[in-house]
Amino acid sequence: MTDDNETVSRIELSEVQWQRVSPKLIVVEVAGSVMMALITLAAALAAFFLGFGIPALVLAALFLMSVISAALVPRRVKAYGYQLREDDLVFRRGLLAQRIVSVPYGRMQLIDITRGPIARLVGLSDLKFVTAAASTGVAIPGLPEEAAVELRDRLVDLAESRRVGL
Amino acid sequence: MIDSATPPPDDRPDDRPHEPAHPVDAAHPVDAVGISAARPGAAQPGALADGEWHRLHPATPLLRGGIALIAIAGVLVTNLRDRIVESFTGFGDRDPLDLLIDNGWLIPGLAIAVAIIVVFVLGFYLSWRMHEFRVTDEVVEVRSGILFRTNRKARLDRIQGINIVRAFIPRIFGAARLEVSVAGQDANVRLDYLGSAAADTLRRDILQLASGAKRSDAVTGGGKSNVLEQRVDEFLAPELDPSEAPPESVVRIPPARLFLSIVLSGPTLVLILVLGIGIPLLSVSGDWYLLFGAIPALIGMASFTVRRFTKSLRYSIAGTPNGVRIGFGLLSTSNETLPPGRIHALDVSQPPLWRPFGWWQVRINRASTSSASSAGVAAATTILPVGDRQDVERVLGLVLPDLVRTAAAEAVRIGMLGTGDDGFVGSPRRARALHPLSWRRNGFIFTDTALLLRAGRIWRTLTIVPEARLQSVSLSQGPLGRALNIATVHAHTVAGPITARVGALETATAVQLFGDVGAVAVATGRSDTSHRWNAAL
Repeated sequence: MTDDNETVSRIELSEVQWQRVSPKLIVVEVAGSVMMALITLAAALAAFFLGFGIPALVLAALFLMSVISAALVPRRVKAYGYQLREDDLVFRRGLLAQRIVSVPYGRMQLIDITRGPIARLVGLSDLKFVTAAASTGVAIPGLPEEAAVELRDRLVDLAESRRVGL
Repeated sequence: MIDSATPPPDDRPDDRPHEPAHPVDAAHPVDAVGISAARPGAAQPGALADGEWHRLHPATPLLRGGIALIAIAGVLVTNLRDRIVESFTGFGDRDPLDLLIDNGWLIPGLAIAVAIIVVFVLGFYLSWRMHEFRVTDEVVEVRSGILFRTNRKARLDRIQGINIVRAFIPRIFGAARLEVSVAGQDANVRLDYLGSAAADTLRRDILQLASGAKRSDAVTGGGKSNVLEQRVDEFLAPELDPSEAPPESVVRIPPARLFLSIVLSGPTLVLILVLGIGIPLLSVSGDWYLLFGAIPALIGMASFTVRRFTKSLRYSIAGTPNGVRIGFGLLSTSNETLPPGRIHALDVSQPPLWRPFGWWQVRINRASTSSASSAGVAAATTILPVGDRQDVERVLGLVLPDLVRTAAAEAVRIGMLGTGDDGFVGSPRRARALHPLSWRRNGFIFTDTALLLRAGRIWRTLTIVPEARLQSVSLSQGPLGRALNIATVHAHTVAGPITARVGALETATAVQLFGDVGAVAVATGRSDTSHRWNAAL
């Protein structure tokens, strides 16, 4: 996954100007990863001192994984992007496993705005776009609260003007 | 058992106030759907879909609670018999029945039992009285419940299919359950039970209203006068109304083929593999007693095979003016009409052992989940259990007429049999690392109405997604894909047995396909009118 290889084989849409999510999301995600790391570390140590060898190893591996995941958070947050195009919403996410989704506005069934406890502290919301297909999976994290509400209203208006059947 | 089972029929004649004395009682606000097939009123077109409230079949409580009642009565009788035997042999010291008799409470005890039965019967009767439905130009509506009222409406333009299920016992009595499926989990409107002929008429009327066409006043031929003859006809016919659909099925499955196909399907393959590995191992180690462990698996397999066989027997498929009618079942039957444009994805697949016979299976994704499987009939997602290539083409011609009318018909044939370099846009050579056998076959064709995805060298499948039903589309790539410069496109449809995904495409091709599919999905979605499929007429 060197840089020159990336330019050749990464999936990318040429004409899309990606809107980034708030950089404050880094705080939220790091907090989550650090908490996970601390829990697994504590569990690993406990297991080690109680003499459970293999569980301790597994937990230590989990600890390492959450540390790495915490280190990758800034890049992962930067990988989130969305854009409202003429007829559809495009959304991308993922660093290692990259995924781009396009959802026609007319397919919207409902929009969810959710806020976790840490996200609420820094004033962020997640916006979830639900269609009749469970696999659509468009959930834009790290939107400032007003932006999320505004985006929701905009999407609802767009969906209303392009209403289609199931 | 006899005590508890008889009262409902007994009280029916005198307690039913709306029993029409003469054939048609159109002025009456509420009329029951008669059990008597000889009464022509029930089969009159529009009689039940006239926007007024109607009641269900009078025998509904008995048919619904019948099995439970019989079971409870059976348990009671068994227990009583045990008690009686015990009391004769002198072991019944603490027996409640003895207690009753010894203390002279026999009469009050019986009175209480009778009272309980009366309360039950009254409850059943009231629940029947309170259970009403109506069909208007916009909705099918059902209200029911004595203390807790429920009211359920299904919008006609959201109907995904109408199923008529005739479970064995109701079928004997000439009753059927009509199930209007709308999108969503457990969102079906069930009318159980209706008279068999009335259910067919009602389905036709609902579909006609839902299609957006004007209310039809066509009169069907008069009913037979002989009740027995009609009941026999109902029992034998897959569909009663020959004016509605050609009585001949487009595809016929010989029972022998059906049986063999089930025997040769997936689970059997697993069993053969397990035994193929297990028996040599056992012959080496000599632990032959372990073979007994396989017996439950064999029994399970046999019962699975038999169940699937009886469920899929008497398969029929035919086109009607308002959709495709698919019927299944020998003793319990179900036949469902799917209006046009209700199929969200379709796949044609061939388990490896079917290949020498050239058999295929057709399954669909649909927005509704039907409870039909509980009634002892095949799953509502299999629309062709087994058939040869001609059968598949006939079925596709019925369910996706647009597809077959265009040039895609040839693409379907290639999609089923082709092995690569034949019009399908395939995987690059380097995808062999991921798909050593099927990389040549893997591929897609994108027409203006549908997306065809082909995969599998050993387990051949062809997935067809009508563009107008596409919910969203995704493009994805993992680390391995990045190294090989390949990507995956996944067309999202409503949940079902089929996942429309094509992997191992050249990255540039995948990006292109992603863009095209997205654009066409928007365009076809906008011009799609299948929610009111006949509105233009």
